[in-house]
Amino acid sequence: MEYTYNVEAGNYALAGEASSSIKALLKKLGISGDIVRRMAIAAYEAEMNIVIHSKGGCLILKISPEELILISEDRGPGIPDIDLAMKEGYSTAPDEAREMGFGAGMGLSNMKRCADEFNIKSTVGIGTKVQIKIYLK
Amino acid sequence: MQLREVARLLNADILVGDTNLDKEVKFACGCDLMSDALAFIEDGTLLLTGLTNLQVIRTAEMLDVFAIVFVRGKVPSKEVIDMAKERNIVLMSTDYTLFEACGILYKAGLKGKS
Ligand SMILES: Nc1ncnc2c1ncn2[C@@H]1O[C@H](COP(=O)(O)OP(=O)(O)OP(=O)(O)O)[C@@H](O)[C@H]1O
Ligand SMILES: [Mg+2]
Repeated sequence: MEYTYNVEAGNYALAGEASSSIKALLKKLGISGDIVRRMAIAAYEAEMNIVIHSKGGCLILKISPEELILISEDRGPGIPDIDLAMKEGYSTAPDEAREMGFGAGMGLSNMKRCADEFNIKSTVGIGTKVQIKIYLK
Repeated sequence: MQLREVARLLNADILVGDTNLDKEVKFACGCDLMSDALAFIEDGTLLLTGLTNLQVIRTAEMLDVFAIVFVRGKVPSKEVIDMAKERNIVLMSTDYTLFEACGILYKAGLKGKS
């Protein structure tokens, strides 16, 4: 099964809707609480990054009996230095995001921690794609 | 610690969820950084914060946090309260600062998780 959720850039009122839907769906499917929570946290960090740092994108959730895959894909400035972006504490979040409690520079490493596999690809001036896998078995 | 006890110790107003005050929190976390909260909060943790925006409720939702205390007398907008209500999250407001509120709960035996 595959589900796609659009995520609007800069819309802080809607931010989190996609992750909320993903969490509700996984719960409904009877997936264990710990895994639902890990995926919800990763999805939310990805969604907030699209809202805060990109020009818009989407979250794609793929469900199979073996694993959950989450792909976060956006159009935007991309990330010039991924090693630096992965560092806890590094953030270029604008004041607007900081006022909402974001911009700690924890999101990407948080996603990695929640995942069994983590991949990030970014092209400056084009966009960013993050893929995570969580094993179900 | 029961939420009822948290409210009593902090002299807090219950903004929503007064039928859920017998729920137990295991730990507490005082935090204004949502990504920090997302990094280490366990389920069943009480969140104390000075932020009152929608993303605080979202963060709680993702973390299975079912109770939030707003410090320094802050009260969120109706939109935020309604969102918490839909998600069965208890909201309280205390006049104590974040530091004081955490100190009071810590002294009363509620621990952090580090
Ligand atoms: N989708 C993206 N597009 C462009 N840049 C990004 C994207 N995601 C992350 N970045 C860059 O990587 C940095 C680190 O991202 P990370 O999610 O770890 O922290 P943050 O979003 O700044 O803060 P936090 O996630 O703690 O709220 C960002 O500040 C930004 O510079
Ligand atoms: Mg982030």
